[in-house]
Parts: sequence; structure tokens; C-alpha cells
Amino acid sequence: MIYQAPAKEIRFALNELAELPAVCSLPGYEDCSVELVDAILEEGAKFAEGVLAPINKQGDKGAKWSPDFTVTAAEGFKEAWQQYVEAGWVGLRAPAEFGGQGLPALVALAAEEMWCSANLAFSLAPMLTLGAIEAINHHASDELKAIYLPRMSTGEWTGTMNLTEPQAGSDLAQVRSKAIPVGDGSYQISGQKIFITWGEHDMADNIVHLVLARLPDAPAGVKGISLFIVPKFMVNADGSLGARNDVRCVSLEHKLGIHGSPTAVMSFGDEGGAIGYLVGEANKGLGYMFTMMNHARLGVGIEGMAVSERAYQKAVEYARDRVQSRAVGSPDPAGVAIIQHPDVRRMLMTMRAQIEAQRALAFYAAAALDRAARHPVASEAARNQALVNFLIPIVKGWNTEQANEITSLGMQIHGGMGYIEETGVAQYCRDARITAIYEGTTGIQALDLIGRKTASENGATARWLLEEVRSTVAKLAAAGFDSMAANLEAAAKDAERCVDFIVGTFASQPALAAAGSVPFLKLMGITLGGWMMGRAALIAKAQQGDEGADADFLAAKQITARFYAEHLLPQTGGLAAAIVSGADSVLALDAALF
Amino acid sequence: MKALVAVKRVVDYNVKVRVKADGTDVDVANVKMSMNPFDEIAVEEAVRLKEAGKVSEIVVVSMGVKQCEETLRTALAMGADRAILVETDAELQPLAVAKLLKAVADKEQPQLLIVGKQAIDDDANQTGQMAAALLGWGQGTFASKVDVAAETIDVTREVDGGLETIKLRLPAVVTTDLRLNEPRYVKLPNIMAAKKKPLDKTTPADLGVDVAPRLKTLKVAEPAKRSAGIKVANAAELVAKLKNDAKVL
Repeated sequence: MIYQAPAKEIRFALNELAELPAVCSLPGYEDCSVELVDAILEEGAKFAEGVLAPINKQGDKGAKWSPDFTVTAAEGFKEAWQQYVEAGWVGLRAPAEFGGQGLPALVALAAEEMWCSANLAFSLAPMLTLGAIEAINHHASDELKAIYLPRMSTGEWTGTMNLTEPQAGSDLAQVRSKAIPVGDGSYQISGQKIFITWGEHDMADNIVHLVLARLPDAPAGVKGISLFIVPKFMVNADGSLGARNDVRCVSLEHKLGIHGSPTAVMSFGDEGGAIGYLVGEANKGLGYMFTMMNHARLGVGIEGMAVSERAYQKAVEYARDRVQSRAVGSPDPAGVAIIQHPDVRRMLMTMRAQIEAQRALAFYAAAALDRAARHPVASEAARNQALVNFLIPIVKGWNTEQANEITSLGMQIHGGMGYIEETGVAQYCRDARITAIYEGTTGIQALDLIGRKTASENGATARWLLEEVRSTVAKLAAAGFDSMAANLEAAAKDAERCVDFIVGTFASQPALAAAGSVPFLKLMGITLGGWMMGRAALIAKAQQGDEGADADFLAAKQITARFYAEHLLPQTGGLAAAIVSGADSVLALDAALF
Repeated sequence: MKALVAVKRVVDYNVKVRVKADGTDVDVANVKMSMNPFDEIAVEEAVRLKEAGKVSEIVVVSMGVKQCEETLRTALAMGADRAILVETDAELQPLAVAKLLKAVADKEQPQLLIVGKQAIDDDANQTGQMAAALLGWGQGTFASKVDVAAETIDVTREVDGGLETIKLRLPAVVTTDLRLNEPRYVKLPNIMAAKKKPLDKTTPADLGVDVAPRLKTLKVAEPAKRSAGIKVANAAELVAKLKNDAKVL
């Protein structure tokens, strides 16, 4: 089997660590239950394994651009999209009033893990469509919602995000695309956008572009950017499709990975102007995009972990199968499967332990997202919002940075065979690479973490979380998990020292704080991941005696948690030293001397 | 026309099963369970017949432990209208299942009973045939094509020599083979809707059926491991080995 959804792991992280039953009891989610989610994930797994995973490799050959500005999706993708739409999977996260199921974000993200593992390039089409749905649903007029959302929620139409321009990447204040009022309420949009994921393709009848552009009288900078809907085909009053709008894909980028996902250069208004419709109020576009940011960044964190999972499965399969060299210390010269070799074990454990920790932390953040949106007690909703805000840059940054390491370990286990494209593991490394870049690079996540999420609230959420970590430490010690308790305690101390440093320096010497921001993000990821693994070990130990308990699974959980504590948690000491004492050497070398 | 479809909860076909240490049975604790693939084909065929207007109601039935409910919910999500669980912790052998099916059929009065030709756990391939005998209905086993008319059904069967088509008077029993259809991927809205479809529970006692096993399992063992092969120098040595060691010539 090329990919098998890790059903037991997903269920454990969902039900035990992210506390799905509590999320299902939130107002508006009454129809959701553990049994229903089980059924959804089981069918989702069949779809991921049976439809999406088998076309992942052929997707790597890429989509095809033609001089008539059309793009043909990679082989098999159009048919798979049709099946995806027919099965109603786009509706998993789409709002109920427009035909979606309106399920918790937690459930949708668990399903998204499987799409991303099976076929990252494909998964971006629904991911972008859902982002566009969310933006339109939150900010557009009822009239625009009625036109676009029903058919986006089914997946008949897909959506895109047109933010980036050649001179406006991480800094969107530089956006230059123009929007000129026509007089009938619509606008003429012109300009060029780059890096537009699924910007053009032949899988759906229409594509709904969300475009950032400036009105003629807009103030300069971020406060002068508005958001527009620009459909590929105009939509008639009766809902039928009309003329082709003046927007075209002028080329596709040649990328390192995710070749199955066409990354378009979009040109608006080459023949006078593309017709667009203002979403919400003028000049508030960037703020609207940021409302979706949490969900999108959490989604990319899931992507990183999901590709790691796929690489792990492939590495385990190879390590069991590949016979090479006698066992270390054995007098028997007969070769053994390389999974018997200690260093291969170490690599597999390093992959596995981080994936489990990352899944748990991402699902925990998703549950907080649901609580923030739906909790009936305002103070609880607010506390969860702060928690989400703090965790998102960590989940996004840490999961994706580690995805590069984990997929690389997957290749290492394959030896020379891994470096050969036919083996298939190189694709996971190439596909994973983008996740630490798009939707805000790790550096951007880390700046967000130290500034808005830590210093500006005097480290309140960070300290609250570290208190939670400490209460888990006490339970671990009581349960006899000595190394876990000791190492998690030490990590919490390191984390606290760094929170103090960030809070203390951010206002007065921001460059010093920023120099250690990515190490700080990693340190928090490692510590909070260790907390999740500690919680997992405690739950696994408590469940061991239950009737019908899955002894193998629960034992593996505890061993994996111990490995995490003994091999990953100690890294916090080194990171803390670099953060607190190493900032000066980051900045000392004159730029001219590089 | 009402169709009754029987589904069995079995170890998922992807799972590599292990024999219990005491050799009494296969270890099914904490392994993934799914609907028997042949039964999935049976449900799919009933749904297709309903979509074609040939069948008006699909009732799915399963027998066994409480968790069979999940299997029934899957069948409901695929398109069955309602479900019946005959709940029991007892070991069920084909004859007991056939008797239970007869009891349920007597109550439900379907025109068509569709079951998988066999279950992938015990591979008995007996239930459909026994049920047909107990009900006194015709049987079309190993179906790779069915054609339902008002009072009859044509069943194309996969037999050793090729394909054989028989005509049965309704009500009848059909057992499904692999090539009858390819089951669909379940749609998300149907999973949600399946939760609200009726699922009735009954027991063998309620149905007046004695399910006591008639067969006793003496021992369960893993297939013998293949031993390593040997290289021979030439054809003469090969023939000698086949003659003297393997004793096949």
C-alpha cells in the first residue's frame, strides 16, 4: 500500500489530546460526535488512499501551460477532483448555510492531514478554495455570497488568493495592482500577480480569484489595499456562466516541488481591465486576508506534518525490507533488515516522535480555534483565542521546518536509492520544502511569535502554557516517567528564560530579540511537543489496564514519548543559550563583509 | 420491490492477521474491522437497482457484536434505507446466520436477498446457499451481472467454464462475486444522513433462532513458512532431485 491513513494515531490525537468530545459539545456542533467523526475519517481515508495517493507520483510530472493561456491539470487530477466534488469533501469545512456541513475545524483538519499526506499538490486546490470561501463568507455582501458560495462550497468552482506581486512578497504594503470604479458598482482590475496556487486549470467550470488591489484614491501602504472578487468567467444573473473575464495565466512557474499544483503568473486587465467586485469595505482588504490567516497557517502546519508522515511510512517499509550488513555486534555474518541497525532505528524514532508531537499540537491548536469561535463563556473564548494566536506561528513554523529534516531523514534511510527519483522519496523532500516558505516564511512566523504573540502581552499566554507543562511534569514524575519529567521540566525552564529575554529585550533592543526569534520558535515547538507527548504517555499508561485496550499501541506511545523526551527535549538547552547569549554574533559582522 | 442485504463485519482486508498464542483463533483484538468486501458489492448492487428504479427499499442486516452497528452505518451511508442488527456475542456459523436471515426475511418479506458470496475471514461460501434452501427460494450464486424484471431475475454467474446465465423466479437469493460492480466512495452528506436513518436492534432469541455452533474449531495455525530453495548445477541434477527428494516425478 502506498499510503495508509494512520487511523489509530489520528483518533488518539483527536479524541484524547485535542478532546474532540468537548469540541462536539460546543454550541452549533451538536450533530458532531466521536462516532460520526470516526465514520467520516474512515471514508476519508479510503478516498485518500484509493484516489489521491495513487496519482501523487504522476502529479509530480506537473500541469501543462499552453500558449492560449490554458492550463491542463496533471494526469488524473481532473478526474480525482470530480470524484472529490461528487463525494462532497469540499463541504467538510464549508459553511452549512451554503451547502457545507459546518463541522468543527478540528475535524476538517484531521481529514486534511490525509489529503495532504496522500497528495500535497492536489490538496492545495481545496485548501485555497476553502480559504476563499472563508474570506467571502466573512466579509462580502450577501449578494456576492449568494452568487459565489453555493458553487464554491460544492467545489464546482475553485478559489484562489492573489496577493503576491513581484515587488510585494512578505511585504504586502508594496502591492501596486489597480482597481478603478466603473460606475455600476463593479471595478476594472489591472496588474500582475505571481505565485498564484491553482491560479488556472481545467478541473472546474469557473475560478474565483480573490485579488488585492488599490483604489485610485487609496492611501499608501497597508491601509490602502482593497479586496476584490474577480471571476474567470462572468456570472450571469441566472447563475449561468457568461463571457471570459480579462484575466489570464501568462505562465506557470518551474518549481522545486508540488509540481501537480500549477503556480500561475496571473495578468489582470491586459485588454482594458478585468471586472471585479469589492469585498466588504474599501481599503480593508489586508485585514480581511488576515482573518483567514490563522486557519491557513494551521493548514500549512498540517501539510508539513502530513508530508513527514508519508515519508515516515515509506521509510519504515523500506527499512523492514532492505537487507544489508550483519546486525551490529552479531557473530552471524548474515545480513539483516536495516531496521535492525541502531542508527536506522534512531532516524525512524526521530521521524515518528516528532510527527506524533506535531499532530497532537496542531490538533490541540485546532480545538482551541473551535473553542475561540464557539465557546459560550466569553472569557473562555478569549483565552482560547489567545492560545490559538500563540500556537499558530509555532505549529506553522516548527512543523514545516522539521518537515524538511524529517523528509530528509526518510531519504537518508533509503541511502543512495533515496536520491534516485524513481524511489519516490525525493518527491516528499521537494514537496515539503515549500511549506516552510509560503503562507509566511519561518522568519515571518517567528517575528509574529516574539512580537504580537509574546512581547505585546508580556508573555502571558506563553507563561500560562508553561504552567500547564509544569502540571504535566508533576504527573509524569508521579507516574514514574522519570526521564520525561526531568527533561520536560528542564525544557520548561529554558523556555521560561527565553520568554523573559524576549519580553525584556523586544521593546528596547528589538534586533537582539529578532536575531533569536526562529530558535525561540523551535524551542517553543520542541517544548510544547514534549508536553503533548508527556500527556500522551500519561493517557496511554492510564488506558493500559482497560478492557480491550490496544496494548501494542499504548506501549508504543509510551516508548515514543520517552524517546522524544530523551532525544529531542534536550535540544532546548542549546537553543536557549543561543537565544539569550548569541544575538550579538548574529549581527556583529558588517553586511559588507558577507 | 424490497431488497434485503446482509453485511458482515470482518477484519479489514489490509490487515495481516495473527493467530492467537493458544492457537484457538485469529487475534482480532484492536485490528481494523470493515465491511466484508463481497458484502460491499452486495450493498452497491442494491443501491444501483434502487437508482435504476427496480428496487424501492433497501434493508441491510448484520449479525454479531454491537460494533456491527458501524458496518451498518457504512451501508446506510452507501445508500441503504434502514438497518437491522441482530445483536449477539455468540460465535456465528453459516447455518446460524442463514437461519437468522430466514427469520428476518420472513418478517420483512423482501423480493430479493443479496449477500456476498463469502466472507473474507472464514471463506465459508455457505450462507447464501443455506438461506436459499431454508427459505425455499431460488439462488443465483457468484453473480457478475443481474437483470431484474417484474417477477424474475436473470443472474449471470461466474462458473469454472466461463459465464452461465440463469433465470430465477422472485423472491430469490443472489450472492455477489467480485466483478459484479465496483463499490462507490461514500459521499460526505450521506455519512451525515446515515446517522439519522433508522437502525433497529433485535436478538437471535427474539427471532426464535438457536445459534449454537455446530462445528468445533480444533486448532488454528499460521501457514507453514516457505523454506529456502537450493541451487542445482544442471538439468540432470534437477530431475534427480524431483524424482528422489521431492518425489513428484
